[in-house]
Amino acid sequence: MTVSDETTRLATASTPDGAPTPERGPEEVFEATVAAEGRIEPRDWMPEGYRKTLVRQIAQHAHSEIIGMQPEGNWILRAPSLRRKAILLAKVQDEAGHGLYLYSATETLGVDRTELTEKLIDSRQKYSSIFNYPTLTFADIGVIGWLVDGAAICNQVPLCRSSYGPYARAMVRICKEESFHQRQGFELLMTLMAGTDAQRAMVQDAVDRWWWPSLMMFGPADGDSPNTQQSMAWRIKRHTNDELRQRFVDMTVPQAAALGVTLPDPALAWNDERQAHDFGEIDWAEFTAVVKGAGPCNAQRIAHRRAAHENGQWVRDAASAYAAKHADRSEEPAA
Amino acid sequence: MSTTPDATWPLYEVFVRGKRGLNHVHVGSLHAPDDRMALHNARNLYTRRNEGVSIWVVRADAITASSPDEKDPFFAPAGDKVYRHPTFYSIPDDVPHL
Ligand SMILES: [Fe+2]
Ligand SMILES: [Fe+2]
Repeated sequence: MTVSDETTRLATASTPDGAPTPERGPEEVFEATVAAEGRIEPRDWMPEGYRKTLVRQIAQHAHSEIIGMQPEGNWILRAPSLRRKAILLAKVQDEAGHGLYLYSATETLGVDRTELTEKLIDSRQKYSSIFNYPTLTFADIGVIGWLVDGAAICNQVPLCRSSYGPYARAMVRICKEESFHQRQGFELLMTLMAGTDAQRAMVQDAVDRWWWPSLMMFGPADGDSPNTQQSMAWRIKRHTNDELRQRFVDMTVPQAAALGVTLPDPALAWNDERQAHDFGEIDWAEFTAVVKGAGPCNAQRIAHRRAAHENGQWVRDAASAYAAKHADRSEEPAA
Repeated sequence: MSTTPDATWPLYEVFVRGKRGLNHVHVGSLHAPDDRMALHNARNLYTRRNEGVSIWVVRADAITASSPDEKDPFFAPAGDKVYRHPTFYSIPDDVPHL
C-alpha cells in the first residue's frame, strides 16, 4: 500500500461522523449519520421536527415512569411480607429513576424538566394509558410486573438503538433494570398459582383485567399512527406498533401456559402460515377514551402527582436555603 | 401556581467509576442545590446496583467543550499524521514480536 492510499484511509477513518464542511451542509451530515446507524448527539445540528418529536416522545415516556409509580406504590404498605415490600419498594424506586434518566435526556434537547412537570400536572402532556387502571388486589402487582413491564421491555429494547444518543443510552440503563421487574412479577404469580383456589382465581381475575390494556400499550394500529413513518425514517422508532404488539403476544402465550392462566381472548390461536399468533380486535373506543382522560383513574393520578409536587415544595425550599447558607459561609475569608 | 426552585438549581453531570482500574465514565445528569446533595442524588440515581465505586459530580457550567461546528478543523492536526499509527510501517511478516 502506498503512503498516499494510507493517508486517505486514515483520514476518512478518523472522521466517521464529520462536521459540516463546505461540501456537506448540516442537513446532509444529519441524514448521512442517521442512515449509517450513527448517533446524533446533543450539540449536533438536527431538524426542528426531529427535536420536537424526540421531546414529545421522551417526555411522554418519562411521565409514564413517574405516574407508573402510583398503581404499585398503592400496595407497598399492604404487601404481605417484608420480602415483598422490599422488592416492591425497590421496583417503584427504579421507576422514579427511569423517569429521571429520561428527563435528563430531554434536557439535552434544550427543555427544562420543571416545565415538563408543569405540563404533566396541567394535563398538557400525556403518559401511557395503562396507568389509568386501578390495582385492585395484590395479584395485580404480579400481573403488572409480568405483562406491563413485559410490554414495556418489548417497546424499549429496540429503543436502545434509537438514533438520539442520550435517549439510547438512557434506554440501555432502563432495560437492564426492567428484567428484574418482569421476573419479580412472574415469580409472585407463580407463588400465588401454587397456593389456594382463591389465590389462583385472584391471578386469573387480574390477568383478565390487565391483558387488553397491556396490548393497548403499543399504541394505535399502524393504519392510525400517522407519525410512525417519519419516526422510523429518523430511527427514533425502530418498529411499528403492530410489529411490537405481535412480538409481545407471541412471547407471552407460552408464559401464560407455564403459569396456568388463560389469556382472555377466544380468538387467540397459533397461525401456522404466519408463524405467529392471531388475536382478537382491541377495543379501540376504550383506548381512545382512556387516552382522552376518561379512564378509571386519570383524574386521581394527576391529582396525586400534583399534590406530591406541591407538598414537596418545602423540602425543595429547605434544600435551597441550606445550600445558600453554606455558600455564604464558604465565601467568608478564612481566619 | 407554585414556584419551583429546582428550575434554578444548577445542572450537574455525573461520572461513575465502575470498578477499580477503570476510568470514570459519564452516566447522565441531575439537578441539585449544592455539591453535596448532587453527590447524594447521584448515588441514589446512578448506583442502585453497585454500578460504581466512586462518583464525580461536576457543575455542567464548569465544563468547557469543543464545538461540533468546528470539529473538522479542531481535530485536523491529527488527520494527516499517519506515521503516528503502527500500521504506517511495513515490516516483513516473518519478523517476530513486532
Ligand atoms: Fe420503568
Ligand atoms: Fe419497570
